[in-house]
Amino acid sequence: MRLPPQPGERLAREHAVAFTFHDTTVRGFEGDTIASALFGEGQRVFSRSFKYHRPRGLLCCQGTCPNCMLTVDGTPNVRACITPIAEGMRVEAQNVRGSLDHDLLAITDKIGGPFTPVGFYYRTMIRPRRAWPLYERFLRSVAGLGKVDKHRGRVQRYDVEHRRAEVLVIGAGSAGREAARRHAAEGREVVVVETDPGRLDAGEGFEVVNGTALGVFEGGLVPVDAGTLLLRYRAGHVVVAAGAVEQPLLFPGNDLVGVMLPEAIRRLVGRWSLRPGERAVVIAADEGALETVALLERAGTRVAEVVDLRERRVREIAAKGKSGRLAAVELNGRKVTCDVLVMSGGRQPAYALLAHAGAKVEYAHDRGIFVPVDLPEGIEAVGAAAGDVGDAAVPAATFNGASEKGKCFVCICEDVTDKDVKRAIAEGFDSIELAKRYTTVTMGPCQGKLCHVPSIRLYARENETDEATIGTTTARPPWQPVELGLLAGRPHEPAQRTSIHHRHKELGAKMMWTGTWRRPHSYGDPAAEAKNVHDALGVIDVSTLGKLLVTGPDAAEFLERLYPNRFGDMKPGRIRYGVLNSDAGRIMDDGTIARLSEEDFYVTTTSTGAGAVVEWFEWWNAIWRLDVEIVDVTGALAAVNVAGPNARELMTRLTDLDVSSEGFTYLDAKHAHVAGVPTLLLRIGFVGEVGYELHFPSPYGEHVWDTILERSTDLGAEPFGLEPQRILRLEKMHILIGQDTDSESNVLEASMPWIAKLDKDDFVGKWSLEHVLERGFREQLVGFETESGVVPLEGGQIVVDGRPGGRVTSARWSDHLGRAIGMAWVPPDLAEEDAELTIKVNGSVEKARVRLRPFFDPDGERLRS
Amino acid sequence: MSFLLPCPNCGPRPVDEFSCTGEVTIRPKGSPTFRELTDYLYFRRNVAGIQREWWCHRLGCEAWFTAERDTRTNEVLSVEVPAER
Repeated sequence: MRLPPQPGERLAREHAVAFTFHDTTVRGFEGDTIASALFGEGQRVFSRSFKYHRPRGLLCCQGTCPNCMLTVDGTPNVRACITPIAEGMRVEAQNVRGSLDHDLLAITDKIGGPFTPVGFYYRTMIRPRRAWPLYERFLRSVAGLGKVDKHRGRVQRYDVEHRRAEVLVIGAGSAGREAARRHAAEGREVVVVETDPGRLDAGEGFEVVNGTALGVFEGGLVPVDAGTLLLRYRAGHVVVAAGAVEQPLLFPGNDLVGVMLPEAIRRLVGRWSLRPGERAVVIAADEGALETVALLERAGTRVAEVVDLRERRVREIAAKGKSGRLAAVELNGRKVTCDVLVMSGGRQPAYALLAHAGAKVEYAHDRGIFVPVDLPEGIEAVGAAAGDVGDAAVPAATFNGASEKGKCFVCICEDVTDKDVKRAIAEGFDSIELAKRYTTVTMGPCQGKLCHVPSIRLYARENETDEATIGTTTARPPWQPVELGLLAGRPHEPAQRTSIHHRHKELGAKMMWTGTWRRPHSYGDPAAEAKNVHDALGVIDVSTLGKLLVTGPDAAEFLERLYPNRFGDMKPGRIRYGVLNSDAGRIMDDGTIARLSEEDFYVTTTSTGAGAVVEWFEWWNAIWRLDVEIVDVTGALAAVNVAGPNARELMTRLTDLDVSSEGFTYLDAKHAHVAGVPTLLLRIGFVGEVGYELHFPSPYGEHVWDTILERSTDLGAEPFGLEPQRILRLEKMHILIGQDTDSESNVLEASMPWIAKLDKDDFVGKWSLEHVLERGFREQLVGFETESGVVPLEGGQIVVDGRPGGRVTSARWSDHLGRAIGMAWVPPDLAEEDAELTIKVNGSVEKARVRLRPFFDPDGERLRS
Repeated sequence: MSFLLPCPNCGPRPVDEFSCTGEVTIRPKGSPTFRELTDYLYFRRNVAGIQREWWCHRLGCEAWFTAERDTRTNEVLSVEVPAER
């Protein structure tokens, strides 16, 4: 039932909108919210309360309270009073067993009192412990508000946008607009953020953005919720004009359907032309609330009685209900029939955003309000948020007769009564911060907007002190409820592809992530790909390797200091394997270092370590200030490794370079044209066969890849992926950083003592490695093969005398060897050839033998040939 | 943490563009005793107040510099690029 159009009405009556509420079709107008349309159709109960499942109706009508939270198109906890209706939307009640009118769990309201007092979950349902699964099942089914439908997944994209504003004004009310005008007049660029879509008219010199400020963070960062878009505003100056929040009064039955805050009346009548009820009582502490009397009368609601708390003292207020709906109110024992009760405990400045920014909050005794003081630099408060809320009576903490005459709610979000708060105080929770956590007052959806100040008054009275002594709890963002998706909205997650990526896709590669890189896991058959490297020729894209040029007069000295290896004696055109350590002696990264000339080195890193290594190099040189340049050429150069018995034959077809075993020996680095492309060739052998790592400009990636495969069809060339590479490298016992090592590993215990030249004067990590020698080894990295051929799980335990004594880091089946091989950290006394290991595999145990030398080609004859 | 940090090259930028290796430490010279070594590796002053620390403008110019920051307020008092040799 709609009234004739009211002044300021926000309805476009020519545009009807229909949606469904459970099984019924509800019709409203453009401009309606879900709550106003439903209210217009006669709906009064909108939800059932958190704990007692009491019927709840519209209370604030401005998105503050939890009373109208509904599930809309599968999204739970949508605040119906501020969500516009849309054609075809599906709206359902939540937190209900049965229906809104008949909720089976409402039984907790009748019998629950003695069984579910404050903090009951710390005390009950604990014994017998065996019964916990039963308790848990019940508790999980009743806990929380709303349900996420796991089977009807919702796909919603959220985005983040970074914006700047010289001045950001939060709130487009009169005070906010005034401040915006003032700053704009002084020539500043001003942006105003406003939640209410009805207040978005731009002003002179400033724009108004529709959204909700969630908090004020350091550096003037204000995240603004704009639906599915999070606007991250950086503001030089923040003006908080967030207004004030009308406070409820604490009396028995203050949650009954029909008890409303003044703003609900303003919106029901003023915006949506709805009659709030038949007969109303107004209990007001301030002028604003009294103004609703005229609105009620205009809407045809009879105002039976008006109590102005500033003039009239009322000892006792008790609302009486029938099936949860307001029927009458008792004022000092006198019964007044009504179906609407407008209550107001005065307006409290909305200071939370200011408190986020670091402002202090002080209690103004005479006015009964908390006001922000000591605003930090760059933060300004105006209007009601600053304390300009007019004069109001300071309401009693609770009115007499609370508790005895029914439940009196301090916190309607979490269903906490005055009795609960008193009990918490009696149990010793006298600090407001502790009491908050124990009672959960202020921790519900309203985040304290409606319960914080009333609860402080109650704590003060019960502790026989004043509000200033009790103080406020810490205000934390978000200031308004926010969808989690918005906070998780698409961060900056770079994905890197090599220049040969599309060839891998065309070949049907199964791709995987390594750090930010996409790499082929395999092209279908890892074992066959590994075998082909041993038998013929394998080709792998290793463009993801980190690649650095280290050049300058001090380049050798620089690397000598950073690596435990020796470089000064290295001849140009030679390569060394190096392991980077921290000063604590821990392994950070590994790779090859090629000396290209006296002053030029080419350093490769692991695929995921490039960024960290560059940072590490730059950091040390910021300290040492050596004459050296570090250039990251990871993306500029592609790299392909060709390996296998036919690799040399392939190279003779691609380059004029002498690639004979004498002309281009193992660990040589040479420049030449390969397939017509200027290339740095590194003769190294991660996979154990004769191999050449070709580094060349990225744009030639596909050309070189194609040429290699085209010119070697008779040589049996096949691409291989990361997985076969892992099998091959394990056969050689080449470690993988981060797989076989962790943040505690050092090169000595990782069985690479030849890396560390401890006779050098100094290098990063030297002293710690010396200490490792001094204290003795605690564990050691060794190879192993299982006797049964079973492949243990990576991460599996090595059992020593019935206790965990080590762990498996890598394990694979090697077709080539016909054995299950792996690497493991074991106690030092087991680090001997043929020592027996006991490995736990899926509950049973496997015997394994320690191997200290590579499983394949232990002397490297094949590799060097 | 959302404060702005003045990069010596790029000016004030959001702190998430930077990486920080913590307070400036002094690497011992020669052969440190075990105690000197562990002090250097693991002990930090962790002051509630002004601290000199290393920062790198990782998502910007990639320069390393030192900053004096008040750890209580995140106010950055000064930044300095280590002098060129």
